[in-house]
Amino acid sequence: MPNPALTEAVYYILLSLMQPMHGYGIMQNVEALSGGRVRLAAGTLYGALSTLLERGWITALPGPKDNRKKEYQITPAGRDAVEGELLRLRELLDNGTKIMEENR
Amino acid sequence: MRTTIKKVFWAWEFEKEEVWLNEMAAKGLCLVSVGFCRYEFEDCQPGEYGIRIELLEHKPNHPESVKYLEFLEGTGAEQVGSWMKWVYFRKKKADGAFELFSDNPTRIKHLSRVMHLLLVLGLLNLLVGAYNLVLCFAWDSALSAIGTVNIILGIFAMVGYAKLRKKRSRLKEEQQLFE
Repeated sequence: MPNPALTEAVYYILLSLMQPMHGYGIMQNVEALSGGRVRLAAGTLYGALSTLLERGWITALPGPKDNRKKEYQITPAGRDAVEGELLRLRELLDNGTKIMEENR
Repeated sequence: MRTTIKKVFWAWEFEKEEVWLNEMAAKGLCLVSVGFCRYEFEDCQPGEYGIRIELLEHKPNHPESVKYLEFLEGTGAEQVGSWMKWVYFRKKKADGAFELFSDNPTRIKHLSRVMHLLLVLGLLNLLVGAYNLVLCFAWDSALSAIGTVNIILGIFAMVGYAKLRKKRSRLKEEQQLFE
């Protein structure tokens, strides 16, 4: 069964983590990527990162044990999840565009 | 200069408490320490900081909490004080709007945590209150005063619980339409 829809936050976190990044870096990157539309709050981000770590979609990089500077990166399983999401988004967009065009 | 203000906020009023603390910060009084119904402020630039409150899952010195608090610190949210499992944060407004939660699932999770606390405190007070009232007839009439206080506190906590529950349902309803 294909993965269910990713949340916007998870989608952008995974995209950010194609490069190693720490928490604050992710917050800034997501805000920049979405043109200021998506603003991740630190508490929400922490929960999402914990769940993604448990799922094995991201990994914490070895390095400073300091949680303030801990860096994360996407795993192959995480990349698969993004690829699956891209297919799903494409389907949504194609269907939406087609049906709305026909009914304009 | 330090300013100490005594003020009572019930647990279900934590958002009201946040609003008040942010109003103080906007006036140039920044929270630096908290205690039981006691707030200490220091002078700062008006509007320099935003304030947020969170009820943690564990005590602030628990390893899980320490990990979380360090992570928050890395994002610019500085812990200014705590009381029991309640933690108070401030963050420079220049670093952007300060929120702890940016989606409904995490807001709902936090509300549920506060509701759970109220339910436990409420039921405990009602139970102890009822017990004291029963005992006061059988044994010592002084217990009737304590029992009545327990019952009143218990009712307060349950009313607070109901208020937050209503708020939580609204968030859950929203979630059916929006992420």
